[in-house]
Amino acid sequence: MVSTVERETGRGAAGQEPPGGPAPHRRRKLPAPYLLIAPALILLAVVLLWPIVQMVWYSLTDFTTRNLLPNQPGPAWNGFAHYRELLGDTEFWTILRNTVVVCAVMVGTTMVLGTLVGLLLHRLPTWFSGFVSVGMMLAWATPALSASLVFRWLFLPERGLVNVVLDRLPDRLVGDGWLEYNWFLEPLPLFTILITVIVWQSFPFVAVSVLAGLKSIPGELYEAAKMDGATAWKSFWSVTFPMLRPLFALLLILQIIWDLRVFTQLYILANSFQNKDVFLLSYYIYQQGFSATPADYGMGSAIAVVMTVLILAVTAYYLRIMIRQGETR
Amino acid sequence: MTATRPARRRSTARRLRSLPLYLAGLAVFLFSVFPVYWMVATAFKPVGEIFTRDQTLLPQAPTLEHFDRVVNGELIPGVNFWQFLANSLVVTVGAVAMGAVLSLLAAVAVARFRFRLRTAFVILLMVIQMVPMEAMIISIFINFRHLSEATGTQLLGNLSGLLVVYTAVSLPITVLMLRGFVEAVPKELEEAAAIDGAGSWTVFWRILMPLVAPGLVAASIFAFITAWNEFIVALTFLGRSTDSYTLPLTLSYYFGRFGTEWGPIMAASTLLTLPVMAFFLFVQRRMVSGLTMGAVKG
Repeated sequence: MVSTVERETGRGAAGQEPPGGPAPHRRRKLPAPYLLIAPALILLAVVLLWPIVQMVWYSLTDFTTRNLLPNQPGPAWNGFAHYRELLGDTEFWTILRNTVVVCAVMVGTTMVLGTLVGLLLHRLPTWFSGFVSVGMMLAWATPALSASLVFRWLFLPERGLVNVVLDRLPDRLVGDGWLEYNWFLEPLPLFTILITVIVWQSFPFVAVSVLAGLKSIPGELYEAAKMDGATAWKSFWSVTFPMLRPLFALLLILQIIWDLRVFTQLYILANSFQNKDVFLLSYYIYQQGFSATPADYGMGSAIAVVMTVLILAVTAYYLRIMIRQGETR
Repeated sequence: MTATRPARRRSTARRLRSLPLYLAGLAVFLFSVFPVYWMVATAFKPVGEIFTRDQTLLPQAPTLEHFDRVVNGELIPGVNFWQFLANSLVVTVGAVAMGAVLSLLAAVAVARFRFRLRTAFVILLMVIQMVPMEAMIISIFINFRHLSEATGTQLLGNLSGLLVVYTAVSLPITVLMLRGFVEAVPKELEEAAAIDGAGSWTVFWRILMPLVAPGLVAASIFAFITAWNEFIVALTFLGRSTDSYTLPLTLSYYFGRFGTEWGPIMAASTLLTLPVMAFFLFVQRRMVSGLTMGAVKG
């Protein structure tokens, strides 16, 4: 559907019909499509597809760094031992639960805040919403690494601006002892900062997308809703939300997938692999593969399979939307 | 006292009523900008203003000493900033260039031809685009170790492996983005040129390329930002080969070593951020439509 619209506008813009009516059907001699996709397909197969297959295989073996040494046998099949171990491992369940909860809070906050800001921008005059958008672009564009470092600096014990300001506020409002407070040791404060960084970086995308969606809704629908005496709350749920449903679904899926994989921010904020209480799935995978002694590639791959299954479940829903919109045609 | 008075009063009243909206907008602006501002402000503060409980909003005695130390000193013993910048530029520009060629070819195939595996290829792209690097990092690392052994080249510990991975990572989304641009070029235009005797190569360069160029720029910038910011693959692939470190890796290494030197850390973070911001403001609109792919246009 989308592609036909684009094609039509394209034709309108070019404004040229070939002289003498529609062109006669003549097959141009172009290389076969398979030749055109071959380089991309081969690269993707070698670099990304094959490792997915390998990941599943490794998760069923006792693969560790020892197997990489010269003159050592390859990894041996050990069935579902890693998965059985994971099932009975309370540490793993805590990390899985934390990952799901932290991701849900990130996604929920990002979606609600982004939508509210999108609605706000829609009601502001163009010059002012442009001004706010430029500000939001700065948050969106900041590399994950820079963002994490700034937030670590903002929440630093003794000198971080947030700690200093909380310390200066009256004690009966916020309590005392904030100056030395370390946010980076316990799961709850650390995850709070992690969520703040992620939301700070992701809400602009949601807001700008929602704003673009709002501009596509005909104003008459709101006038009709107003005539029926609908409040802003009601007209959002009866007009805006149904009209933008596909957009919201897509944004939701993208946010879930992006937030499940968070690594860089946690790497900087936690700043070590000592404290398993603050691990998330991607962090756990990396720790198993590259920080544990000896590095346990088999176990790391088993955790990676769990994470990939989570992501593929969400991707299936994404594909359904894409197929419905005719994007795969 | 004049006739225009009531009208003006009404507009003032309306402005007052929308004041909360403006304030909310201002709050969003400040929330977005403040951490970036704090990064830049800290980068310009002398050490004495950083190592204190009395943090001030503005640098009292702005200084370039941290930037000087980052750019002219040695962030990692034996290697200077320019080397890291060159490393980052080589992998990102290289990956973008290779990715542009590969994705343009694939996009033309998907947009212009009907072939049996076409839908399968598109679905494959959509799925691969979603499977995160973070999950695959172990098997990708092992895979490249095996590839190094099989080909007798060194793909880990230098920039070549990164270059290959970065090219592949952005391919799915750039192919999907470019496909829309190729589809938007009217077929009749190409057919007319073909009737006038233009070969398929001429049609490609003279008709298709100029019309797809904006899309190619947008997709390339997107790929550039992805590669420029990439962290976990660089972390695993480069290991202790500090000579080959990209900027994000350098910054993380420096932070691990000198975690209390917030002046240089913030100055380096600022330098890392600048190119992305420049590109971002340029490509902003396309980024949204590229990522949500048609959901808005409905």
